[in-house]
Amino acid sequence: MAFLENLINGISLGSIYAVIALGYTLVYGIAKMLNFAHGDVIMVGGYVVFNAIVKANLNPWVSVALAVVACTVLGITIEKVAYKPLRKASSLSVLITAIGVSYFLQNMALLVFGEKPVTFTSVIDIPKISLFDGKVVIKGETTAAIIASILIVIGLSLFVNHTQKGRAMLAVSEDKDAAQLMGINVNSTISLTFAIGSGLAAIAGVLLCSSYPILSNTTGAMPGIKAFVAAVLGGIGSIPGAMIGGITIGVIEILGRAYISPQLADAIVFAVLILVLMVKPTGILGKKINEKV
Amino acid sequence: MALLEVKKLGISFGGLRAVDEFSIKIEKGELYGLIGPNGAGKTTIFNLLTGVYKPTDGSIILDGEDITGKSTIQINHAGIARTFQNIRLFHNLSVIDNVKVGLHNHYKYSAGTGVFRLPKFFRTEKEMNKKALELLRVFDLEGEAYLPASGLPYGKQRKLEIARALATQPKLLLLDEPAAGMNPNETAELMNTIRFVRDNFDMTVLLIEHDMSLVSGICERLSVLNFGQLLCQGETSEVLSNPEVITAYLGE
Repeated sequence: MAFLENLINGISLGSIYAVIALGYTLVYGIAKMLNFAHGDVIMVGGYVVFNAIVKANLNPWVSVALAVVACTVLGITIEKVAYKPLRKASSLSVLITAIGVSYFLQNMALLVFGEKPVTFTSVIDIPKISLFDGKVVIKGETTAAIIASILIVIGLSLFVNHTQKGRAMLAVSEDKDAAQLMGINVNSTISLTFAIGSGLAAIAGVLLCSSYPILSNTTGAMPGIKAFVAAVLGGIGSIPGAMIGGITIGVIEILGRAYISPQLADAIVFAVLILVLMVKPTGILGKKINEKV
Repeated sequence: MALLEVKKLGISFGGLRAVDEFSIKIEKGELYGLIGPNGAGKTTIFNLLTGVYKPTDGSIILDGEDITGKSTIQINHAGIARTFQNIRLFHNLSVIDNVKVGLHNHYKYSAGTGVFRLPKFFRTEKEMNKKALELLRVFDLEGEAYLPASGLPYGKQRKLEIARALATQPKLLLLDEPAAGMNPNETAELMNTIRFVRDNFDMTVLLIEHDMSLVSGICERLSVLNFGQLLCQGETSEVLSNPEVITAYLGE
């Protein structure tokens, strides 16, 4: 029974990783860059909700909406200020800039929100589910994370594959120049991608902080990196891949913590990344790229 | 008034003068050819016309509108569409989605409408599908509409590129070596397609080509480029019998 509970918790944590991984995957797929500041947008989302509820006494739903808007604006701004000028630069410069943005956000949070970690009150109002006479208890936060991530993955797949803006995103991801010559505004398409990714980061922040309520300026860093591992495991650039990778990582982490060693759980997750890179570098659903010689 | 009027167009890359004092006038409905040896600057001129490169001097007037130095998107909106020498389709998208990408600017709905699947979303997508299928039918690609573009044979990929360019509803269509890599049968078919497009879409076509059977078969007028400069210009038959042109192509 304990195993079942661990498994469900793993799937729930994995669902949160999946939502974060979607942000990585979308941005990588379309802008061809790794946005390592993505995890820190989660932290900003968490702080916005925390302050809206505790300091401004707003309704939890309004607070979450506010966080989504704030993170969307933040994502678009980061792209405009930090990444857009580097559109033609080497990927290494962009990568280093992203790490810089990550530290900038962490330290700005220290300045704006204070250095003392705060305790986040859960915004989720779903009753517990008891199974097998109370031997297995599923918290409302756990259910919420799983349901939210499923809805997000389905919605995002529909959006990307079946709408006009989604088609523009796919076209830009394949060939920026050709897309531009067909009249697609590449800059606004990339902005839209960052907007969606960052909006999702806000939701991930709320889910994460509701389940793991200690919020500090580095809260987003570790889940961000793990979600990146998840995106690589699932096949970076693939939406269903992010979901599969996220859940796999979440389950490995929780089971590793429960049955192997709590201290080694993180190490196991990163060992998985190394294994994936050795065995199947394109990930589970990644496309094989034939390099031309 | 000419549909396209280019005056003294020039571009330098550092010390290299890639195109110098290039002028051309293309009337509406014309099939116009741009020829010249490799490296003469033909594709550079296409890149100048579509805004990929910004000209260092000269002007480009399309249908009375000055488009010199405008961005690729603005120029596409103004009415110039192109295909590429090396096919640049969106290979992972389906055939019909490639065309729908081209329709992008003529059917609009907001991202929100797409997310929430409002009635306008279904209406617009339906119209787009209809329009895209119509275009594919013209090019005999209707049966392959839902296959990935990468699965099409070479000749059909060329056709799809033309269909995608037409979907942007241009006034002027630029074809960069449309017959490259085609066998004589495919080339003959391509000539029919190009004529069909001109007649049925009221299109003006400017094409770059090395295949002289295609050039002499369908182009009404020609400009010959050599080392970035205009060598001669005029009716196809006159140009092709010009000794200077023959020298440029075949050497002394």
